[in-house]
Amino acid sequence: MIDFRLGDEYEALRKTVQDFAQNEVAPVIGGFYEREEFPYDLVAGMGRMGLFGLPFPEEFGGMGGDYFALCLALEELARVDSSVAITLEAGVSLGAMPIYRFGSDEQKRRWLPALCAGEALGAFGLTEPGGGSDAGATRTTARLDDGGGDWVINGSKSFITNSGTDITRLVTVTAVTGQKPDGRKEISAIIVPSGTPGFTVAPKYSKVGWNASDTHELSFDDCRVPAGNLLGERGRGYAQFLSILDEGRIAIAALSVGLAQGCVDECLRYVNEREAFGSKIGAYQAIQFKIADMETRAHTARLAYYQAAAKMLRGEPFKKEAAIAKLVSSNAAMDNARDATQVFGGYGFMNEFPVGRFYRDAKILEIGEGTSEVQRMLIARELGLPS
Amino acid sequence: MTNIVVLVKQVPDTYSERKLSESDHTLDRESADAVIDEINERSVEEALKIKEAGEGEVTVLCVGPDRATDAIRKALSMGADKAIHVSDESLHGSDMLATAKVLAAAIGKVEGVDLVIAGNEASDGRGGAVPAMLAELLGLPQLTHVRQLTVEGGSVKADRETEEGITHLEANLPAIVSVTEKINEPRYPSFKGIMAAKKKPVETLTVADLGVDSGEVGLGNAWSTVLEASPKPPRTAGERVEDDGDGGTKVAEYLVAQKLI
Ligand SMILES: Cc1cc2nc3c(=O)[nH]c(=O)nc-3n(C[C@H](O)[C@H](O)[C@H](O)COP(=O)(O)OP(=O)(O)OC[C@H]3O[C@@H](n4cnc5c(N)ncnc54)[C@H](O)[C@@H]3O)c2cc1C
Ligand SMILES: Cc1cc2nc3c(=O)[nH]c(=O)nc-3n(C[C@H](O)[C@H](O)[C@H](O)COP(=O)(O)OP(=O)(O)OC[C@H]3O[C@@H](n4cnc5c(N)ncnc54)[C@H](O)[C@@H]3O)c2cc1C
Repeated sequence: MIDFRLGDEYEALRKTVQDFAQNEVAPVIGGFYEREEFPYDLVAGMGRMGLFGLPFPEEFGGMGGDYFALCLALEELARVDSSVAITLEAGVSLGAMPIYRFGSDEQKRRWLPALCAGEALGAFGLTEPGGGSDAGATRTTARLDDGGGDWVINGSKSFITNSGTDITRLVTVTAVTGQKPDGRKEISAIIVPSGTPGFTVAPKYSKVGWNASDTHELSFDDCRVPAGNLLGERGRGYAQFLSILDEGRIAIAALSVGLAQGCVDECLRYVNEREAFGSKIGAYQAIQFKIADMETRAHTARLAYYQAAAKMLRGEPFKKEAAIAKLVSSNAAMDNARDATQVFGGYGFMNEFPVGRFYRDAKILEIGEGTSEVQRMLIARELGLPS
Repeated sequence: MTNIVVLVKQVPDTYSERKLSESDHTLDRESADAVIDEINERSVEEALKIKEAGEGEVTVLCVGPDRATDAIRKALSMGADKAIHVSDESLHGSDMLATAKVLAAAIGKVEGVDLVIAGNEASDGRGGAVPAMLAELLGLPQLTHVRQLTVEGGSVKADRETEEGITHLEANLPAIVSVTEKINEPRYPSFKGIMAAKKKPVETLTVADLGVDSGEVGLGNAWSTVLEASPKPPRTAGERVEDDGDGGTKVAEYLVAQKLI
C-alpha cells in the first residue's frame, strides 16, 4: 500500500529541473538578488520547459501533469533559489489556477495559454493593508454600474506577488460585492487586466528576502472592468480562495522543503573543505549532528507534503494534511537556514553565499499563504476544537 | 521532409570520478553516473530545429549497454520521434572501427536517411573519428567541426570551425555532420515531452540483427588494446614566489627561464 518511490516521469522531471536550477539559475541568481531585479530570462526558460503549465491540461496549453509535478519542480528550484520558485508558485497556483478552477470556458481560453507558457504572469490579490490572516475582513469593494455592464472597484491590496512585472497580464482581486441575507459580506473574485485605468501598481517593496521576486501594493480607484470579468459565481469568492489556499499550502511546503534541502547541500560541500583546529569542520560531531538534524527536518517535511499531495490527487479531503505540511516544512526551512548559516560561520552572513540568501528567504515561509498560527488554527479546527 | 538520424552516446558524467575497470581496462560504467553526452544533446537539438523549421523525422541511434536506455529516453523527451538501441554483450570493449561498423549497419536500417548528426568528439573515448569512419563506410560526404548548419532542399551548408579558422562547406544530402559545442544551446525537456517519450517506439537490436559478424566486434577483436592505465598524479603545489617589492620581476624572470616569454 505504501510506496514512496517516484514514478519514472516524476523522477525525470525532478532531474530536469535540478539540472536547470544548477546550470542556469545558480550561476546568475546572486546578481539578480543583489540588484533586486526580476530575472526575465530565467522565467522565460522556465516557461519554455513548460513549468508554468505543469498541472494544466494540454487543451489550455498545459503539460497535462498534476499538482504533485508542480511541487517537485518547486522543491528543486528552491533548493537553489526561492525567488524563482515563488515566481513559479504564485504564477501557477495563485495566477492561473483560480482561472482554471473557477473560470468560464471563455476566460480559460483567453488567459490560460499565455500563463501556461510562462509568457504572461497572473497574480492574486487577497491581502489588504488592513489584514491578511482575516481574509473575511476584505474592504475592497466592487459594485455593478452602467446598467450592470461594469464592475467599479475601489480599495487596495498589499504584498501581491508577480503583480508588477513587464509580463504581468492580470490580477484577480477579491472584493466585497454586497451583503448576504445573514448580514455577512458577500465577497467575489474579479479579474483585473494589467493597465486598466484606475488600477495603480506601486513601486516594488524593499524586502528582507525573495529579492529577485516581484511584490507590490496595488490600488484601485474607480477602476472599471466588464461585468464578464467576474471569476466564478458571485458571492463565492471567499470559498474559492480558501480552496486555492489549501492547495497552495502544499506548494509552499514543497518550496520550503527545497530550501531546507538546499541548506543541507551547501553544508555538505562546505564542511568537507573548511578547516578549523587542524581538522575539517565536518569531522566535529557538533557539526555532524547539526547536519543530521537538518537532513531529518527536510526528510520528514518532504514526507508530509508528499502525503498531503497524494490525498489531494486522490480527491480526498486534505485540509489538515496541507496545513501540517506547511507548518512543519516552513519550520524546517527556518531552522535549517539558521543552522546552515551557523555552519558557514562569518561567510554565512555574506550575501554572496547561497546560505545567506537562504537565511533571508526562509522567514517569509512562516508568513505567506497563511501564517504558522493560521495553520495551527486550521489543524485545531479539523480536530473538532471550537473556532 | 528531412529524415534525420542522431547518434547518441551514453557516457560517464564528467562531474563524477571516471575510472577504468581493473580487469580489462574498459570503462568502469558502474562507478560513475551515466548520462547522455552533452555534445549529443546539442546534436539532438540541431536535428529538432531542422525538423521544426520544416518537416522531418528524428531517429535516435545509440550503441551501448542496457542502461543506455536512459540516454535514449532523454533524447526522446527532448522531442526525437523514435530510437534504435543496439545492445549486445559481444560489443563490450569494441574499438572505434567496430563501433562505426555497427553504427553504419544500424543507419542502414532506417529508410531514406537524409542527414546523420553526431557529436564531434565523445567526452569519454575522445576519439573524434567515428563520424569520419561512418562517412567512409557509408560512402557519404562528411562535414565535421560544425558550428552552424542549414539544410536547403537537397543540400546542407555548414560553417566548420577549427583552430585555423572557419571554412564554409556545402554538400549534397545524404551527408554526415558532426557538431561542436558552439552549435546551439540544447533545450530542457518539458513534462509533456517526458510523458510522451514513454510511448515512443524504441527498437532494440543485437549485432546479429544487423548482420554484423560478432567476430568483428568486442574487446578481443579491437585493433588496439589498453595495456596499462594509471590515474593522473595529483597536481603539485608549484613554485611560490615571495613578493618583497620585486615580485613582478621575479615572475618575469621565471617565465623567461621557462622560455615562455
Ligand atoms: C513577499 C510576500 C508576498 C506575498 N504575496 C501575496 C500574494 O501574492 N497575494 C496575497 O493575497 N497576499 C500575499 N502576501 C500576504 C501574506 O499572505 C500575508 O502577509 C499573510 O497572510 C499574513 O497576513 P498579514 O500580513 O496581514 O498579517 P496579520 O493577519 O495582520 O497577522 C499578524 C500576526 O498575527 C497573527 N494572528 C492573526 N490572527 C490570529 C489569531 N486569530 N490567532 C493567533 N494569531 C493570529 C498572525 O499569525 C501574525 O503572526 C504576501 C506577503 C509577502 C510578505
Ligand atoms: C574506457 C574506454 C576504453 C576503451 N578501450 C578501447 C580499447 O581497448 N581498444 C580500442 O580500440 N578502443 C577502446 N576504446 C574506444 C572506444 O571504442 C570508443 O569510445 C568508441 O568506439 C567510440 O569512440 P569515441 O567515443 O572516441 O567516438 P568519437 O568519434 O569521439 O564520437 C563522436 C560521435 O560519434 C557518435 N558515437 C560514438 N560512439 C557512439 C555510440 N556507441 N553510439 C552512438 N553514437 C556514437 C556520437 O555522436 C559521438 O558524439 C575505449 C574507450 C573507452 C572510453
